[in-house]
Parts: sequence; C-alpha cells; structure tokens
Amino acid sequence: MPEQRVVDADYLLLEAPRERKFITGAQAMAEAVKRANVDIAIAYPITPQSEVMHLVGDLWAQGYLRDYYRAEEEYGAMSAIAGAVRGGARAFSATSGPGLLRGLEAIASWPGHRLPAVLGVLTRVVNAPLSIQPDNVEIAYLLNCGIIVLHAENQQDVFDFTLAGFVISEKVDVYIPVAVCTEGFFVTHAKGYVNMTPEDMKLPPRDPYKAPVPPTDCEIPPARIQRDAPVQKSNFMSYLIHAVWQQEVWSSNIRAMKYIYKYLGGPIEVVNPDAEVFIVASGCAAAQGREAVRYAQLEGLNVGLVKVKSIRPFPEKEIRQVLSKAKAVIIPEHNIVGWLAKEVKACIPDNDKVIGGPRVYGGMTLPVELIMEKIYSVFGIKKEKKVVV
Amino acid sequence: MEVLPGPAGYIPTPAVFEGVELPPPGKALLYGKIVDEEVAMREAAKALLTRRNPTIFPGPLVLWGWNASAMEKAKAVLELAMEIPNCRIIPMPDYRPKYPKIDPEAEINPNHPNLTILHNKIEVCIFVGVHCHYANLSLRMIRAGTNCFTIAMCAEMGHEDAMVSLRDVHAEEIRRFKDILIQVREELGIKWEPKLPPENPSLPPENYETLSVLDYGEYSYLLIPRRGEQVTETE
Repeated sequence: MPEQRVVDADYLLLEAPRERKFITGAQAMAEAVKRANVDIAIAYPITPQSEVMHLVGDLWAQGYLRDYYRAEEEYGAMSAIAGAVRGGARAFSATSGPGLLRGLEAIASWPGHRLPAVLGVLTRVVNAPLSIQPDNVEIAYLLNCGIIVLHAENQQDVFDFTLAGFVISEKVDVYIPVAVCTEGFFVTHAKGYVNMTPEDMKLPPRDPYKAPVPPTDCEIPPARIQRDAPVQKSNFMSYLIHAVWQQEVWSSNIRAMKYIYKYLGGPIEVVNPDAEVFIVASGCAAAQGREAVRYAQLEGLNVGLVKVKSIRPFPEKEIRQVLSKAKAVIIPEHNIVGWLAKEVKACIPDNDKVIGGPRVYGGMTLPVELIMEKIYSVFGIKKEKKVVV
Repeated sequence: MEVLPGPAGYIPTPAVFEGVELPPPGKALLYGKIVDEEVAMREAAKALLTRRNPTIFPGPLVLWGWNASAMEKAKAVLELAMEIPNCRIIPMPDYRPKYPKIDPEAEINPNHPNLTILHNKIEVCIFVGVHCHYANLSLRMIRAGTNCFTIAMCAEMGHEDAMVSLRDVHAEEIRRFKDILIQVREELGIKWEPKLPPENPSLPPENYETLSVLDYGEYSYLLIPRRGEQVTETE
C-alpha cells in the first residue's frame, strides 16, 4: 500500500491530476473508496455487487480501511452501517436488487437519523422468478427514502460519483446518505476508460463534530440504538415534530443540489441543446441515448440528449428549461415501470409529448436501433424492417 | 419567499422548498433574502430592542464547556445578554422529548418549542449553539405557530426558516453583533445599564456538596461510577 497523504476535498475532486486507466465499473467504485479515507465497509454478498465488496475487502487487507466485515444479511449490514456512522466513522456499503430491498427498512431510516454514508447500488432484477440479470427497477424503491440518488452512466461516473458522494454526504447542510447507482454487469463487469486521481492522495478524515446532530458516544454504556427517541404525537409533543423532521430530510436533499453543481458539473448533461427532439436518459441508457443521437445526426435528424445524473434531488427546473421547446421527448429505460418517464412527465407542463420508452428489462440489452425506431416515428419516417435469414 | 414572523399556519412549507438558499460566507439571510451581514445584524438588533420578552436559547454547543472555543462563545453570549434590555436566557440543554412534560420556564425543547415561546410570551429570540438539524425543526415550528421573530446565530451555514440568519458565528462575531446592538440601542434612545439576565427560576443552583445520585432522575444510571464509590479494581 502506498503512503497516502490527506489533501483538501476540493483539490482532490476538482484540481488533482488524473491518470487514465482501463477498468471495470466495480474496480472504479473500489478505486474511489481507496481514495476516500473510509473507516469501515460492511456488506453481504450478492451478484453483481460482490465484486465491488471483494475489491473493497482487498483494500482493507492492504490497510486502506480500518475495518471490514461481512454482515449476517443486508438488514444487518445496513443497520451496522448506521451504527458506525452514528459513532463518527466514514462508512461504505454496496448491494444489489433483492439485497437492496432486504436492507431498505434500515436504509430508509438513514436520512431521518442524519447519517452521511455512501451506498453503491449495482442494479439487477428484483422480481420473481429469480434472475441476476441487469434491470434497474430497484431505483424506483429508493426514490422516496430521502436519500440522494445519483445514477452513473459509465465507469468514469462511478468513480466520480462515489468519491464526490462522500464529500456531498458530509456537508453540514446536507448530511444525508448518497446512493451511487449503476447497472450491474453492463457497467460493473465491463471495462471503460477512467481518469482517476492519484493513488497516494485521499480525502481528509470525517469530522463527526462538524455535523447538524451530535455524534453518539458508542463507548460509554448503554450505547443507544437510536440517537433520537421515538417521536409520537401526545399531549406533550408538538403534532408538528415528525412533519418538520421529514421536511428537514427533503430540505437537505434540495440543499445537495449546489454541491452536485460544484463537484459533478450539474445534475444533467445536455448534448445538442437546440434539438427538436430529446432523449432523456439516466445510467447506461444514457450511453445508448448518446449513440442514438450520433446515429440521428448522421441521418440529418436534429436530436439531443439530456443525461440525468441526479435522480434525487431531481433537476425539475433544469429539465423543464431544456425541454421547453422540444417537439417530443423519448425516454429509454432499463425497467418495466418507467420511473424516469414518470419523473419527467411530472415536471413539465406539456407532458403529452413524452414517449415513455423504449423499455427493456429482465436482463435484456437496449439496442440503439430500438431508440431509433422511436425517433423515426416522431419525425414521421417510415423504415422498412429487413429480416435477414 | 419572504420569511416573516408567523403564525404561518397548520403545517408550514419549509423555506427551502420555496427556493430560499443559504448565504455564502460573509453574507446573511434577512427574511429569506441574501444581504450583507451588517444589514441583517441591524435588523436583528432592532427586533431584540423593540419586541416583547427578548430571549436567548443557548444549545448544547455553548452550554457545555467541551472545548475552549465553546467556553469563549458562552462568555460572549452572556456579554450580549447583558446588553439587551430585560433579556432572559432559557437553555436547550438536549434534544430528547421530555416526559411527562417540559417546564417551559426552565428550558426549551425542539419537540415542542412553542410551549416555551407561548408560555413566556416571547416575541423575539436568538438560537445559538443548537445543532443545525434541531434548530431547523424548532425554527419551522415557531414560524408555524407563533409570532416570534427568530434570529439564528449559526456556527455553520445558517438556517433558512429564521427571520435573520447569521453564519459562521463564533465568539468574535457575537461580540461584533453586541457592538452593533449597542449602537442601534443608542440610535433608538433606549437607556440601559448592562446587567446579567435573571437566574433561571426553575433551576436552583446545584449544590455539589449535597447532590445525590437520585437528583439525576432517569439519567442516574449514566453515572459510572456512582458518587462516593471508589473503583479500586478494574479489568
């Protein structure tokens, strides 16, 4: 293990020199953890997350992390993460599909308890019958927890979002966890170029006293499971307490937006802002959307892309602005429910121009041709389908 | 959105939802708008000098002498309190719900801050040394249900739901605010000789000679070892 020196977070994220490597998404996530000065990682194995946590386990063996263990299952893993973070540690975990749903009760409690942490969500099928194939329907379950949800398109995003996630999560006016989601296999097990910060630099350690809540002293018994006592309506409690508490979680979520601008260049990326027709996509559907824009331009069709990096906070204002003059909006997704299409439809006034699809799920790939079919249909172009035998 | 004294109603919309953003360093929030710090300080001083029953609510970060900076800040809070005519200090020593009920003259609690505000008819208050999360809960509930003018002196980035929110406030900034308050007081022609606020009526000073473990009530089990016990052997 090389000697790592602590550098300022802004320097590491925005100015430090970068070295190009050809690595998988799982490696990119572990490389970010290596540079994040993480105290503890806890997880339970599940495909396709396992590779990330194997690599993070190697980091612990090499001395980059102070502690690492396999929990009894995901509920235990996510609850233990909560305990570690309350006690002042910087913590990381990752999970996938059914594992995320098993841990969700604990995860949904993290923002209310004001716990900064980073959770890798390497998506896969969750529904019966059992399958381990790519599908990102599980992100729909995360959207209402109050947690910050970032969706990475490729290996570079995975590295950048994970490293920045620790910094955003620990800002005093945010102080809620960050989920870095990406598609299992398509990103986690495929290689791409990643520009990484130097291996010998790391973030400053977490300062648990720079926080909107007091840290829990875990060393003096009896250690409390909850920092905050149950808040019930009664004659001696304000009827408002839980309501304003929930408001505080979502206010913190909104406050994260300025840091998403600062460290990730904003919640959306726009390709061809003057386009007539837009593809709006997140995760690796954005990569396919990017390719569809290229195909369309080769055919002289004025198509643009809005890549959504931040699903929570959702960039309503930004999307409304970009799509204000669009004739049609095509939303390709890797799930059956179309959670991104619903989000976009909810934030633009003329939402009948939204085409919710194409959608693939259950492990299917998303061919660019499928998006092109929608583009042709919007432009009124009829193409004959050729069947090659 | 203009963040004004309430009552804002049954369930208040957080100022953040309405687009109010925290100020950058060197600036402050006044009624939800970003302004120069001195402008906000003058408005806060005016409220403290003209509204009824001005009260300072110090939180754990200044009540407990956990480091030198906290002790210095606590001194500065007392110096400020001495300059505000008829000012009271009511502490927020912790954040846990109080059962069976709170003594509103002795303390304020984030789970029901309005009990203290309404009982004491407080129309202007300062939050200082309260952790941001709990300050935000309290400030929003106070705006919802009372007409109290809230001033947040935050050591971090500030609070959107306060009428005046000052950021990066430590002992030095509190003393600067005190100087501005004295200046505004003189401009308003208010005569006042500095004096300490009255003792907290519900909390007699503790006599450590006679204090028993039972005086700590539900917290007594936290006293390890108990008073008078000699721990002669350890593991």
